[in-house]
Amino acid sequence: MSDQPIVEMTGIVKDFTGVRALDGVDFTLRPGEIHAVMGENGAGKSTLIKVLTGVHGPDAGRILLDGAPVRFAGPGAAQAAGISTVYQEVNLAENLSVAENLLAGREPRLGPFINFRAVRRRARALLDDLGIDLNVAAPLSSYSIAMQQLVAIARAVNIDAKVLILDEPTSSLDRDEVAVLLGVMRRLAAEGVALVFISHFLEQVYEICDRMTVLRNGKLIGSWDTADLPENALIGHMLGREAATLEQIERVAAAHQVADEAPLLEAEGLGRKGAVAPYDLTVRRGEVVGLAGLLGSGRTETVRLIAGADRPDSGELRFDGSKVGGHNPRTATARGIAFCPENRKTEGLVADLTVAENMILAMQASRGWARQVSPGQRAELVSAFIDKLGIRPADPDLPVRNLSGGNQQKVLLARWMLIEPKLLILDEPTRGIDVGAKADIQRLVAELSADGMAVLFVSAELDEVTRLSDRIAVLRDREMIAMLETEAEMTAEHIVDAIVAGGRRD
Amino acid sequence: MTEAPAKARSANPYLKRLMWPLAVLAVLVAANVAVTGIDFLVPGVQDGRLNGAFVNILRRSAPLLIIALGMTLVIAIKGIDLSVGAVYAIGAAVACQWIEGRDESALGTVLAAVGLALAVAALIGAWNGTMVARFGIQPIVATLILMIAGRGIAQLITGGQIPNVGDASPFVELGRGAILTVPVPIWIAAAVLVALAVLTRRTALGLLLESVGGNPEASRLAGIRARGITVLVYLVCGLCAGLAGVIGAANLGSADANNGGLWIELDAILAVVIGGTALLGGRFFLLGTTIGVAIIGTLEVTIINVGLSSQWQFTAKAIVVLVVALLQSPQFRAWIARPFKRRTAAPEEAVAE
Repeated sequence: MSDQPIVEMTGIVKDFTGVRALDGVDFTLRPGEIHAVMGENGAGKSTLIKVLTGVHGPDAGRILLDGAPVRFAGPGAAQAAGISTVYQEVNLAENLSVAENLLAGREPRLGPFINFRAVRRRARALLDDLGIDLNVAAPLSSYSIAMQQLVAIARAVNIDAKVLILDEPTSSLDRDEVAVLLGVMRRLAAEGVALVFISHFLEQVYEICDRMTVLRNGKLIGSWDTADLPENALIGHMLGREAATLEQIERVAAAHQVADEAPLLEAEGLGRKGAVAPYDLTVRRGEVVGLAGLLGSGRTETVRLIAGADRPDSGELRFDGSKVGGHNPRTATARGIAFCPENRKTEGLVADLTVAENMILAMQASRGWARQVSPGQRAELVSAFIDKLGIRPADPDLPVRNLSGGNQQKVLLARWMLIEPKLLILDEPTRGIDVGAKADIQRLVAELSADGMAVLFVSAELDEVTRLSDRIAVLRDREMIAMLETEAEMTAEHIVDAIVAGGRRD
Repeated sequence: MTEAPAKARSANPYLKRLMWPLAVLAVLVAANVAVTGIDFLVPGVQDGRLNGAFVNILRRSAPLLIIALGMTLVIAIKGIDLSVGAVYAIGAAVACQWIEGRDESALGTVLAAVGLALAVAALIGAWNGTMVARFGIQPIVATLILMIAGRGIAQLITGGQIPNVGDASPFVELGRGAILTVPVPIWIAAAVLVALAVLTRRTALGLLLESVGGNPEASRLAGIRARGITVLVYLVCGLCAGLAGVIGAANLGSADANNGGLWIELDAILAVVIGGTALLGGRFFLLGTTIGVAIIGTLEVTIINVGLSSQWQFTAKAIVVLVVALLQSPQFRAWIARPFKRRTAAPEEAVAE
């Protein structure tokens, strides 16, 4: 690691209509280091990255690359200068093969023609280098999102990057894939590439990063060597308040007894071919049932059958004492089943509509188009929920696309709380959002269940599942393999054991 | 834009969307006024009815406006209806064919004819909607079927002839009459505009349409009955096309299955787009569509008024469309504005994550 910085940004200011997203931020990146940019959603991380990669021009401040001042006209110019980026969403062509994706725009040629044999050979060599085992001739769409993400990284690396920016690359990867990715990152750093790592997973950040820069509300809070910044201090800097807020929302479960009444939801042998094997599941009123398992273990598929989003092809579902037939999202809503899907952008929110419109949607849908929620009643409900959930900015007429991830998730939650469901299904409600909003949402789940609402809670984070759940269903390979019921069983270790044991069983 | 108070900015995205189409319309009207005098805009009263260039433009644009309003709703849900021109012809054919050979001066006959024409048009709209919503056929394909078949159906209805309705029939009043000096087609178009505005904005239909158009999967998971809404919207669009056909036929006193409403679907789509509704669905602007129709109607007259030969018509139309499309593009506006504001930072649409 040399001391001559590869990137030096000083006094960066960036304004969007009415909002100062970056306010005099300094950022220094050295060759061979892995540098985390930390902060809540809305802190300015993404904007800083977009200024560095030429997506936005800064309104003030300067950027030195290798000691020379630069001003990128666009992402292409930044890439040509050696700054590559891998975003959270995979930006590749799914219909092309892995090899074509890896080398698109830089294909080896034979005269005017593409030499496909060489393309495949080069692609295979590239992936071998990174320790990724894929069939390069297969279409990209035949691989999971996680593998596609690795391909995106391999592609970025291939472009002789001096600086590689990874924006939430691990949010859809499972444990093994994360290990591969972190290994790749270490290898690149050892070769002298400077890496910028943005992630909400603190353990990964602590495992791999040399230094951290913390932003809050568009301002620089500071840069530290990882060794000098303990986790609670980091969270304190990010939140701007005393750390350990997360610990305070230790489950109120001990205080509140799940009334031992008839189950609200009973699934018997419910399943769908190719999605999830038949399973039994019960949920009682006031109970939080967690679903744990690795990515692709069938967590989402399990809850989608209960939500009516997908049609089961076997089994039976009973809800609130009666058999459920002809299940679809509309009838589910009418019965009192609310479903916050995993992907809030594509399945949850309507980006063009305002905060208020998005919130009112489920309530309006259940009333039909002819019986409009009156404007007065709507304004009242919406502002009440903006207050209750602390949605920022507190402007009901703002298009929801302009909100940060955490606030978008809260809008989605408000949509369903408005119809006062009996069962609330949350699929990864805290994924990709900041620590503060995460704590808010976890607290909310605890409160709702204390008020008697049943909650099905899916999360990739074991800590979160164990903290919130009364019982935990463990999934593996699209099969429900265990149900952890007692306080002693419900630890991260037990879940991991159950998953491992489930694998050994056959 | 900077002097707009904060309240107006957040409260009225609609007015902002209408600004550019309105500006183009104003320029066109100003050009005409400059050439032909203020009489272009200010109507006189002649024989108990309003008379003047602009009133005539509105009167002749009424069928297009009615169709374009229906089209706006279809486009809002990511759809498109190519069959409106054919439905126009069918509506005209059904009405005229019913009247011909009956007592054409009897009000009952005329009412029955109009009612029958509208019923057939609504049925065709519902058919389109069912193809799209129930069978998942792409809207452009589903409506293409009737775009092609529709004129054939109209020919079958009229038996290949052109049915005529005499000037004595009350039917022709729908196209040529006036109430309180205002031409009847303008009344009807205005009534359709108000009715659709009330239907979409005073109920939740508008919100649900914009939701389904903006994100179909999210709308489904939120429990919206997208299927029923889709059928309803295509039905309304078909109804509008049939009504436009009736007015057109009343104006001419005849129904031409081959040429009635020919290419009107393209003008309607154009008007919707000029009015600020994106073909990708989502937000829709009925008032914007109205301005779009006025632009198209005014343009045709403008070409003649400024002394261009009528051969210029299509080219001029294309140029106006180009101008409106460019004006509505934030990238183009930023590019144009760049030399003028070096130091004042151009606001960007994106917001910090």
